Amino acid sequence: MSELLDLTAAQTAASLRAGEVSTDELFDHSRARAANDDLGAFLWVAEDAPPPVSAQAPLAGVPLAVKDIFCAEGVPSTSGSRILEGYRPAYTATVVERLAAAGAPMVGKTNMDEFAMGSSNENSAYGPVRNPWDRERVPGGSSGGSAAAVAAGIAPWAIGTDTGGSIRQPASLCGLVGLKPTYGSVSRYGMIAFASSLDQAGPITRDVTDAALLFRHMVGRDPCDSTSLDHPEEIELPQADRLDGLRFGVPPELSGEGIEPGVLTVLKDVLGRVEHLGGTVNETRLPHSPHGLSAYYVLAPAEASANLARYDGVRYGLRAGNGDLLSMYEHTRAEGFGDEVKRRIMLGTYALSSGYYDAYYGRAQRVRTKIVADFASAFESCDFVITPTSPSVAFRIGERTGDPLAMYLSDYCAVPASLAGLPAISIPGGLSEGLPVGIQLVGPAFSENRLLQAAHALEGAIAFPTGPPPT
Amino acid sequence: MSSVADRAYEPVIGLEIHVQLSTRTKMFCGCALSFGEEPNTRTCPVCLGHPGTLPVVNAEAVHYGLMIGLALDCELAPRSIFHRKNYFYPDLPKGYQVSQYDIPLAAGGRLGDVRIHRVHLEEDAAKLVHSGASGRIHGAEGSVVDFNRGGTPLVEIVSEPDIRSASEAAEWLRLLRATLRRIGVSDVNMEEGSLRCDANVSIRPAGEATLGTKAELKNMNSFRFIERGIEAEIARQEAIVRAGESVVQETLHFDPASGALTPLRSKEEAHDYRYFPEPDLVPVAPTEAMVGRAREALPELPAARAARFERELGLSSDTARLLSFRGELGDYYEEALGAARADGGADPTALASWVTVELVPRLPDGDPSASRVRPDALARLVSMVGAKRVSGSAAKEVLTAMAEDGGDPEAIVAERGLAMTDSADLGAVVDQALAANAAAVAQYRAGKEKALGAIVGAVMRETKGRADGGAVRELILERLSQ
Amino acid sequence: MIEREQVLHVARLARLLLSDEEVERMREELSGILDHIEKIGELDLDGVDPTSHVIALENVLRPDEPRPSLAREAALSMAPQPGDTGFGVPSPGS
Ligand SMILES: [Zn+2]
Repeated sequence: MSELLDLTAAQTAASLRAGEVSTDELFDHSRARAANDDLGAFLWVAEDAPPPVSAQAPLAGVPLAVKDIFCAEGVPSTSGSRILEGYRPAYTATVVERLAAAGAPMVGKTNMDEFAMGSSNENSAYGPVRNPWDRERVPGGSSGGSAAAVAAGIAPWAIGTDTGGSIRQPASLCGLVGLKPTYGSVSRYGMIAFASSLDQAGPITRDVTDAALLFRHMVGRDPCDSTSLDHPEEIELPQADRLDGLRFGVPPELSGEGIEPGVLTVLKDVLGRVEHLGGTVNETRLPHSPHGLSAYYVLAPAEASANLARYDGVRYGLRAGNGDLLSMYEHTRAEGFGDEVKRRIMLGTYALSSGYYDAYYGRAQRVRTKIVADFASAFESCDFVITPTSPSVAFRIGERTGDPLAMYLSDYCAVPASLAGLPAISIPGGLSEGLPVGIQLVGPAFSENRLLQAAHALEGAIAFPTGPPPT
Repeated sequence: MSSVADRAYEPVIGLEIHVQLSTRTKMFCGCALSFGEEPNTRTCPVCLGHPGTLPVVNAEAVHYGLMIGLALDCELAPRSIFHRKNYFYPDLPKGYQVSQYDIPLAAGGRLGDVRIHRVHLEEDAAKLVHSGASGRIHGAEGSVVDFNRGGTPLVEIVSEPDIRSASEAAEWLRLLRATLRRIGVSDVNMEEGSLRCDANVSIRPAGEATLGTKAELKNMNSFRFIERGIEAEIARQEAIVRAGESVVQETLHFDPASGALTPLRSKEEAHDYRYFPEPDLVPVAPTEAMVGRAREALPELPAARAARFERELGLSSDTARLLSFRGELGDYYEEALGAARADGGADPTALASWVTVELVPRLPDGDPSASRVRPDALARLVSMVGAKRVSGSAAKEVLTAMAEDGGDPEAIVAERGLAMTDSADLGAVVDQALAANAAAVAQYRAGKEKALGAIVGAVMRETKGRADGGAVRELILERLSQ
Repeated sequence: MIEREQVLHVARLARLLLSDEEVERMREELSGILDHIEKIGELDLDGVDPTSHVIALENVLRPDEPRPSLAREAALSMAPQPGDTGFGVPSPGS
């Protein structure tokens, strides 16, 4: 049974269909593993077995770990925050509902940086998550619990959310595949909002096939999300093992200064494999991408400052204060939010406040326009942009907590695609210092099928192990 | 140069009106609108601002908004967007109100003599019920929030400062209310809050073009209060200026009981709403089909109808406005007029006067559609008066009977014997009256024309009012000249 | 470098109570972050339109059809201070 959880989800599904194990047995086993998890990956584990799932359902009953940012009816949903401790939503997120209907029942809710603000999972109100590759190191964030759970073989697959790298960076640090879809292709309804114009849900899996399989059942317009739309293509399971004729653009802005040498070595190795598989590699400029992080750290906190205004102690969640209205607000929010969330609310409020809007928010929106345009012109001469996912491998717990700016730099390579709303996938490219290094491919809007095919071909050539890390 | 004390001042007034739309559901969620339901029974995760929820725009609210924009002769924005207006208050579940800001749905219009600055869509706040009024709270003194109203679709209409007196403001607001009621987008009930009006008031030396410092008046929930509030504010500002001081910009709360204006306690920090584009919504870009549908849904508007009544039917301006501003009266009138024309005609002026002067006081709850007097029946009654088949006073008695029990005017006239006395019978009655009032006849012949009245009166008494006064008078004169 | 008063003003706008120590730390951290962010001030962005949405959607509208509301007990069940009929809060101005 334990070996079963080391398989990819697609392989597990095959076992279920072959009757080698029942969906109930598998769920129970996964649930028991989650309940005994000592990585801090889970905030809640399913108490009861789900309604019976047929092994013939599209996702065959393979249990799913769900980031705590997704609401599920009657299930604690805190987004990693003290302010939502004990909150049990009256409704279920569209994505969770769709995946359950397709046969992927929720086995647990995974730990995360509070309100998805962080790159190390150290900002969770419920404690850090340990990286299965090195328990003294972070799993990345903000979907750190989802990544750790999949990497450790506790859950076959997971969903996370990505605002400025929160799926891709933990996938990179944990040796997994993480897909951030085109903005709008997956419903945000029921995803506790961080930065609405950037947030997207996506899969965190052991291989590219699993990512495609899960993503296929996440996409589609949702009448409850005005910014969602139908994917123009049916999502296919990738089969490609060659990259003939495909052009890979390497932006010097995202593959030089500030990137760890070990990470650049892995990138170089992967670029060699691209050529070996018949693809071409060329330099592609993304001139405004170095400013992406600045724009991101204006726009995302600005949206967050409004999105988090609802946590006021009136209708749900924590209430504090000494009896007057102002103190209810100020104490509730002071006690309920952690330091990073407060910092970003302050930053966002400042950037929108009278007298500063044009200099910060207005300019950041224009930088965003430039970044969108950079990608558009890059895709005139290449099919994909290829970069490291994270400038570094997993860092030590506590190493960057004292320096917010250093932490923000973890998102340096991931943020441009977020600002442009483009699909991006991180796949394991190799190891540096014995730790996984993720490589990011970015494609034009709605190019997920091509992105998954290319990632599949590369994955075959890299042959990174899909099982849990060596212990 | 005149001194400050005796200089004439001119008020400059602009109105801001919030209209609750009478859609079935709220602006951004599927909750049905609340009409006095039990508190907090019309809520859902969306309108309670629960984590993870998202707004979706109500198509009908956009449709109504476009209708209002067109009715007020505005330019419709080819692409308008929503913003978030950020502030904390217990009646605001998300900590921001979704509203239109720099690109409203419609702008640059006109209604009557007043230009329209803008028309935009937004969501209403919930209701904060202060302690004592309702609801017990466990363990603490305080207030209770009822989210039933939260998220109700609102249209905000802002006029240009084109109004010059309190009575003009009330009159224009009546026209606006009639227009909104006519197009059927709102209940426009001021007491219930489905029409809410704030006024921006300033004064300036008469004839000058610059604008003075304005005060914003809130909470005037009736036409009378609006007039009184604005009058009081104009007087207050004049007194300040004549005393050589200057008006400060502030928001004033009108107390209907005392008629006093008191400044609202200023918030602890200056307002800084930090507006930014609402990322959860996409632009509203009215298509030709959407605009066409809104245009087709517009009936003839009150101002145009009043003008038509004056121009085509020769009604007086007051009567035309009364019939148009109360659209249901105008509808009744036009139906009666149609029936009369089909029957060979009634005088539009006489019919209008019967509707506005005689029918209105006999209406149950002022509602003609609830009246037992059918429009065609009233038309026939007025025709009978015109044809001198029944006298005016007898016709009023018939109308009262119809208002109470319905029925046909002809039948009631016959049943009660109210038909005008015919000329042969009348001749005999006149002869009798001349004989019985010999003294009056003598006085008349001696040149005292007033004496004629006594003889006419005698005839009218004898015919119990069924005779036509003019015909009686003519007949008497005819006899006397023989 | 932003001033202590600005930190306090922004904290009030955001309804965050900060201790004196937090105010000082926030002042330093925000100043550092803003210094980095201000590099976008060097870019020539004249005539560049702002981007709020990356998707080209318009007129996403919902039919005006009522859906069931929550039962009052359900709506109030998550409230920190539920009353019999509504959500209890301290009175404004109290
Ligand atoms: Zn609702």
